[in-house]
Amino acid sequence: MEQTPLLQCSEVRKAFPKPDGAELLVLEGMNLELREGQIVGLLGRSGSGKSTLLRLIAGLSEPSAGSVNYLGKPIVGPAPGIAMVFQSFALFPWLTVFENVALGLEAQRMSRPEIRTRSLAAIDLIGLDGFESAYPRELSGGMRQRVGFARALVVHPNILLMDEPFSALDVLTAETLRTDFLDLWSEGRMPIKGVILVTHNIEEAVLMCDRILVFGSNPGRILSELKVTLPQPRNRLDPSFRELVERIYVEMTARPKGAAPGRHERFPGLGIGTVLPQVSTNLLAGLMEAVAAAPFNGTADLPKIASDLQMEIDDLFPVAETLQMLRFAELEGGDIKLMEDGLAFAHSALDERKRIFMRHLLTYVPLAAHIRRVLDERASHSARKSRFIDELEDFMSEEEAERTLRAAVRWGRYAEAFAYDDENAMFSLENPT
Amino acid sequence: MNRFEPYVFLRGLASRWDVLAFIVVIGLIVFLGETSRGLFAPLAQLQQTPLSLDPARLPEYAARTTFRMLAALFLSLVFTLTYATWAAKSERAGKLLVPILDILQSVPILGFISITVVFFMSLAPGRVLGAEFAAIFAIFTSQAWNMAFSFYQSLRTIPVELTEAAASFRLSPWMTFWQLEVPFGMPALIWNMMMSMSGGWFFVVASEAISVGHTTVALPGVGSYIALAIANKDLGAIGWAIATMLIVILLYDQLLFRPLVAWVDRFRVEQEPGVRVPQSWALTMMRRSRLVQAATVAFHAAVLWTSRAVKRTDAPLAEEAPAKRRSLDLLWVSLIVAALVLGLWHIVVVLIRQTPLHEAAQVCGLAFLTMLRVFILIALASVIWVPIGVWVGMRPRAAQFVQPVAQFMAAFPANLLFPIAVSGIVAWKLNPDIFLSPLMILGTQWYILFNVIAGASMIPAEMRYAAANFRVTGWLWWRKVALPAVLPFYVTGAITASGGSWNAAIVAEIATWGDTQVEAKGLGAYIAEATTAGDFHRIVLGIGTMSLFVVIINRVFWRPLYYYAERKFRMT
Repeated sequence: MEQTPLLQCSEVRKAFPKPDGAELLVLEGMNLELREGQIVGLLGRSGSGKSTLLRLIAGLSEPSAGSVNYLGKPIVGPAPGIAMVFQSFALFPWLTVFENVALGLEAQRMSRPEIRTRSLAAIDLIGLDGFESAYPRELSGGMRQRVGFARALVVHPNILLMDEPFSALDVLTAETLRTDFLDLWSEGRMPIKGVILVTHNIEEAVLMCDRILVFGSNPGRILSELKVTLPQPRNRLDPSFRELVERIYVEMTARPKGAAPGRHERFPGLGIGTVLPQVSTNLLAGLMEAVAAAPFNGTADLPKIASDLQMEIDDLFPVAETLQMLRFAELEGGDIKLMEDGLAFAHSALDERKRIFMRHLLTYVPLAAHIRRVLDERASHSARKSRFIDELEDFMSEEEAERTLRAAVRWGRYAEAFAYDDENAMFSLENPT
Repeated sequence: MNRFEPYVFLRGLASRWDVLAFIVVIGLIVFLGETSRGLFAPLAQLQQTPLSLDPARLPEYAARTTFRMLAALFLSLVFTLTYATWAAKSERAGKLLVPILDILQSVPILGFISITVVFFMSLAPGRVLGAEFAAIFAIFTSQAWNMAFSFYQSLRTIPVELTEAAASFRLSPWMTFWQLEVPFGMPALIWNMMMSMSGGWFFVVASEAISVGHTTVALPGVGSYIALAIANKDLGAIGWAIATMLIVILLYDQLLFRPLVAWVDRFRVEQEPGVRVPQSWALTMMRRSRLVQAATVAFHAAVLWTSRAVKRTDAPLAEEAPAKRRSLDLLWVSLIVAALVLGLWHIVVVLIRQTPLHEAAQVCGLAFLTMLRVFILIALASVIWVPIGVWVGMRPRAAQFVQPVAQFMAAFPANLLFPIAVSGIVAWKLNPDIFLSPLMILGTQWYILFNVIAGASMIPAEMRYAAANFRVTGWLWWRKVALPAVLPFYVTGAITASGGSWNAAIVAEIATWGDTQVEAKGLGAYIAEATTAGDFHRIVLGIGTMSLFVVIINRVFWRPLYYYAERKFRMT
């Protein structure tokens, strides 16, 4: 017999209006189904729309198109059977642990004794016994997130939404909380029927989820769906676990199909309108050095180098992709491979590095080339920042334009391709006196 | 079994803290009853029982003044919670309400009283109540705008995740307001309340003895006592008044603000490490007392109970249909336009048409004089207080001592120094245009000191070590380390001081001692004279000009300076 799924999203689309009347598409063609007894992971980089989807499910915002159904009925506003755990805990600092937990029940106007019984039970379950009268600020991060869990569980939700619940915690604490959660889940001691977990941590997704939806960016969409059939508790060192992790890396580094010509595969926008990432030259140089050195010698497995450098995908991918944009490296099949100039850069001294970097910057970053050309052409060899901002705003939002130009300034300064004076907001070719 | 008990206060009888709390609470109730008794007395009674300079009457006068302050504080709180909430919640209303608040802030506080006293007296004709209203309203105007702004800012900066948490646990709007928005805004609100209270003391003195044209009212209170002492040239009475002010301000600080500041500490979302937790014996008393605990729990229960009682709509907020939205927008815009036209018409017909050109030129000239005075005084005060503030700020123990003293000085009313100023000017035949000026900055210079101390105490220790390590000393140290580090704080203080000085000009540019009067040329003196003469047209003209000057100076000078300092020198 086919049950109604707990949750069903079909062809969900979400776009935000931009000030100029156009719209910013953050989610498209999103299909998702959550059945009883499942943990579904939404895995992706920041900006891939996974948190946006979670907020649609939580009823905190509405889809522009498509439908989100909970138990067969469309979600309008926060639904009674769906509770959420937040990345930053979102506890009310002026309420004690008990009051924080009881708040959701107060909102339901439950009777006082019932609130007390249920709150204390939830506090008990999640291992907060003895902390009832503490204020959040007296607690460690791990304990605070336990309050976050207790607060969500106390309303006896059918679906628990978790928005990167462990990412604000240190590695050890996160592991403890994950294990505790999985224990409660597999023993069926929590009053929940299904879980949706948003994460950017690949291992966390493989560790916890029954199904993983891998998200891609620009606009946010599902790249692929993986089933994880490994029995719980899972072992990170298990070869089939590693294989799954590797597979996801491959998925996430695969070139998007059918990208428009002239478009950078990884970054939105075209030509000088490409939105540049905020990556410092130290990180770029550091990653090239790490890949060039032993044991990688120019080609590194991404999961391997991520764990060697203790970087999460949100830290590692932007750096790797920037290297790719600058044609210092190639990403393919979950590997990063330095190209000739990348290797040369890694093995050079500072002055030679700057020369190589300048050549690549002016060849492969159209905005940098454009700034340089304008400065060269003018007799004064100087130009206002607002001139470039105006041009960029034809392609992107004000904020993105600001950030993109800041990235260009950062790289241009390192390459000594041009100078920038923040006080007067002027670009020039002069070196500071 | 030692289980958790959320309602502990119900157990046991009373503690010694209860006795203390009981005395304080009952005392407060008696005090409120006693002081409000005179409110419905007819005005004639005021004239029959004239004020007395007998120091024995001072406690009663002080109690009445305190009552006015409390009433104004309460009204300000009500205004803040409604006006600021409306401005923050409704995009449409906010567009108008926020600029209005900004303008109201720059209208001189004593200007309000000159204009409104007749209106309030007419509300309760022949009764003291009307005059009380006017005085309370004047104090209200010295606090409400600040507080509303602070709460508005808080409402706009609530972390998104907290709002989302409230929504996802389906708190009703009413519950969200009391459980999230008010607590979140509380720390900034209390801080602002305390700061503007200092200003309040300054103006309560001016607002109790009101004389607009033929309407002369002297409400029993410390302010009227001071006015009478000045009129009678009674130095002894001035001394008593100073002592009373000291005690009252001290009590306010210890019994009201210190507990509030300590209590509100728990509402802070961000806990900066190393910040000293404020302490208050009065708060300890209240916390330990079961009676007070019971009261707070009762309040909490009331909030919850009303949350249950208030009908809650489970349906989501329906997005306004575009058509309806557009017509509402249209309605709103046409309302604003109508108000604008009406206002303009009044300004043109009543004010401008009846103002001869030479009068307008004269008022502008006077405003320039006052402006010059304010700027010179701020510069002088900065030269004196910035180095001292930096010195004090780097020494936490000195700061602990200086802060409360400065806070008291900020609340010290300028008229208490009239005897010295007037006698000095008359005895040595000094130029009042110059020597009355210091009175203007008497209370406001302390804001510069406060802020610089705060800034200097936040200079990171490592930065100071680095400076010492590289032997950055002397003038170089001031230029490259201390001054840039305190600049954003200094600018904040200077803005407050400048605004306050404009306000004080109305009191400070004319000083009387008995029947001797010395006067400085300036807009403040112009307004004060017009008020005494009851010449409404000139009052409005003077006040309008002053507001205009303050707004323009803020926009073209202070605000850009503030943003510059914030952007360039704020350490994050």
